[in-house]
Amino acid sequence: MEDARPQQPFADNIKPPRTSVGVIGWLKANLFNSWFNSLLTLLVLFLFYKTIPPFVRWAFIDSLWMSTGKECLAADGACWSIIPANLRFILFGFYPYEEQWRPAIAIAMLVSLLIYSQYRRNWKKSLFYIWIGGLVVMGILMRGGLLGLTSIETSKWGGLPLTLLLSVFGLTAAYPLGIVLALGRQSRLPAIRSLCVVYIELIRGVPLISLLFMSSVVFPLFLPEGVSVNAILRAQVAIILFTAAYIAEVVRGGLQGMSKGQYEAAEAIGLNYVQTMRLIILPQALKIVIPPSVSILISAFKDTSLVVIIALYDLLKTTQSILGDPRWMGFSAEAYIFVAMIYFVCCFYMSNFSRKLERELDTGL
Amino acid sequence: MNNATQDTADVAHGDDPIIRISQMHKWYGDFHVLKDINLEVQRGERIVICGPSGSGKSTLIRCINRLEEHQRGKIIVDGIELTNDLKNIEKIRMEVGMVFQHFNLFPHLTILENLTLGPIWVRKTPRKEAEETAMVYLEKVHIAEQAKKFPGQLSGGQQQRVAIARSLCMKPNVMLFDEPTSALDPEMVKEVLDVMISLAEEGMTMLVVSHEMGFARSVAHRVMFMDYGQIVEENNPEDFFNNPRNDRTKLFLSQILH
Repeated sequence: MEDARPQQPFADNIKPPRTSVGVIGWLKANLFNSWFNSLLTLLVLFLFYKTIPPFVRWAFIDSLWMSTGKECLAADGACWSIIPANLRFILFGFYPYEEQWRPAIAIAMLVSLLIYSQYRRNWKKSLFYIWIGGLVVMGILMRGGLLGLTSIETSKWGGLPLTLLLSVFGLTAAYPLGIVLALGRQSRLPAIRSLCVVYIELIRGVPLISLLFMSSVVFPLFLPEGVSVNAILRAQVAIILFTAAYIAEVVRGGLQGMSKGQYEAAEAIGLNYVQTMRLIILPQALKIVIPPSVSILISAFKDTSLVVIIALYDLLKTTQSILGDPRWMGFSAEAYIFVAMIYFVCCFYMSNFSRKLERELDTGL
Repeated sequence: MNNATQDTADVAHGDDPIIRISQMHKWYGDFHVLKDINLEVQRGERIVICGPSGSGKSTLIRCINRLEEHQRGKIIVDGIELTNDLKNIEKIRMEVGMVFQHFNLFPHLTILENLTLGPIWVRKTPRKEAEETAMVYLEKVHIAEQAKKFPGQLSGGQQQRVAIARSLCMKPNVMLFDEPTSALDPEMVKEVLDVMISLAEEGMTMLVVSHEMGFARSVAHRVMFMDYGQIVEENNPEDFFNNPRNDRTKLFLSQILH
C-alpha cells in the first residue's frame, strides 16, 4: 500500500548561477537590487557612521564606571558609576540594608526555578511540588518572622523582587483565569456567557491605571472599619483581573480556529465536555495562540511598572528615586538604560522561549 | 463478500434490531431536513445510504450518535433510547463508532495516542492494555509501523484507516461511516474500502453513507436512496441497481453510474 513512485527524477539537478548565491548574491538581492534600494542602503550606512561611533565613545571609551558623582560631572562620557553606587537601592528599595541577602536569594531561587521549568522534559508532577516548596521558602525569606529571621513589612518590599513578584504571579494566575473566561464566553448557558462577556468588555474598556486606582482608593472604602487588605495584594489582583481579560480574547480566537470536526470526533468517541476541552481542544487552541499570548504576557510584565501610581516602589520607581539624590543628578540616561536592559532581558527571554515552545509543539499540521 | 445474499437470510429475521428509528423528524430552524424516518437495523446488517447532497443522509446517521439532535420520534440504539439524558448519550456513543469524511484525527497526538485516548478516558482501560489493543487494530488496518507518527505525516488513505482503527478500539457494536472515501485521492480509495470490506466480513453492523456503488453492490444487505429528507427507496443491492422502481432513484443512478 506504500507509495511506489520512482525515487530519481528524470533530469539531473544542476547548480544555480553563481551570482545568485553566497555573499555577493545576498548583497545583490537584499541591499542593491534597484537604484532606489541602493540609495537607501548608502543612506543607512551613512547614518550608522554618524551615530554609532559617538555612542560607543560616550558609552564605553569616555565613560566612568567606578567613581563619585563629582568626578562624573567633569567627564565627557557616560557615568555608569551611578549604577554600582546605588545598585542595592535600585534592586531592593527600602528593604533593610543588612537583610538584603534574603530577597537576593529569593530572586536567585525564582530565576533558577523559571529556567528549570522551561524544559519540557521537566514538566512532571514533581515540578508542581518543587514550585510550591520554592514559593514557601521564598515567602519566608521575604517576609521573615520565622526561623529567627526578622519580620519585614511588605510595605518595605520594593525594586526587582516586587516587579518579579507582581509579574510572575500576575501572569501565572491570569492565564488559567483567561482560559476559563474564554470557555465561559463560548458557553451554551446564556447566564455564564453574558457574565463573561460583560466582564471581558468592562475590563478591556478601562486602562490598567484606573483599575489600580480603584483597587487602592475605592476598594478600601467598601471594607469594614479596621479591615485592610495588603497594598501589594490589591495591586496584584488588579493586574491579574486586567491581564486575564486580554488572555481570554486571545484564547477565544484560538478556540474559534478549531474545526468543528475535532469536537465531533471527540464526542463520537464518547469524551465528555471537560475531557474534550482538556485533551483535544485546548492543547491545540493554546498552541495556535502562543505568539499573541506571549505578546500579552510581555506587555503585562512591563505594565507592572504602573504600580508606581499607587506608591509601590517597583524597579522603575526605585531607579527614579535615586535620580533625586543631589550627588547623582543629571545621569538619568544611564540609570534608565540600566533598567531598560533588565526589562529587555526578561522580555527577550520570554519571546525566545515562546518561539522554542512553538517549534517543539509543532506536529506538522 | 459473495455470501452477502446468504447473510441477508441470517440477519433480516432477527426480532431484536440494534437500531430502531421510528417516525423521526428533524428541523434546522424552519428547514425540515428529515421527514418521518422509519428504519430498523438488524445486528450484523450492512446498509449503504446514497442520495444527492443535501438529501439528509449524513444528518440521519449523525442523529444515531447524537451529533445532531432529532426533534420528534424515537431513536433506540441497543435498547437505549436517545434522549437529553447525558448518561444515555454517553452509553450510546461507546456502542457506536463513527468515521468521518475528513478523518478528524487529533493532529497534536501520535497515531497510537489517537487510538488509546477513548479506551483510556472513556472505557477506563489501563494504558498498557489500551496500547496493546490499539496495536492489534493498527496491524489490522496495515499501518502498525506508523504508530509513533503524527497524523499530519500520513497520507489521506492512511489517516482514514487510522480513523477506522480509532473507532474500533472502543469495541463498538455499530459503525457509522459518513462518506469515508469522498475526501480521498482516487488512488487511495481502494485501501480504505478494503479495510471496510474486511470489517464487513467479520460481521460488523455498518451504516455507510457512500457513493461507492461497487462497495454497495458487493457488501451491503440493503441499499437506501434518500432525497429531500426522506427514504425514497430501499432494496437489496441486486434489485436496487437492476430494477429501481422510483423515477428519482433511476435518475440518480443514471447520473452516478456513467
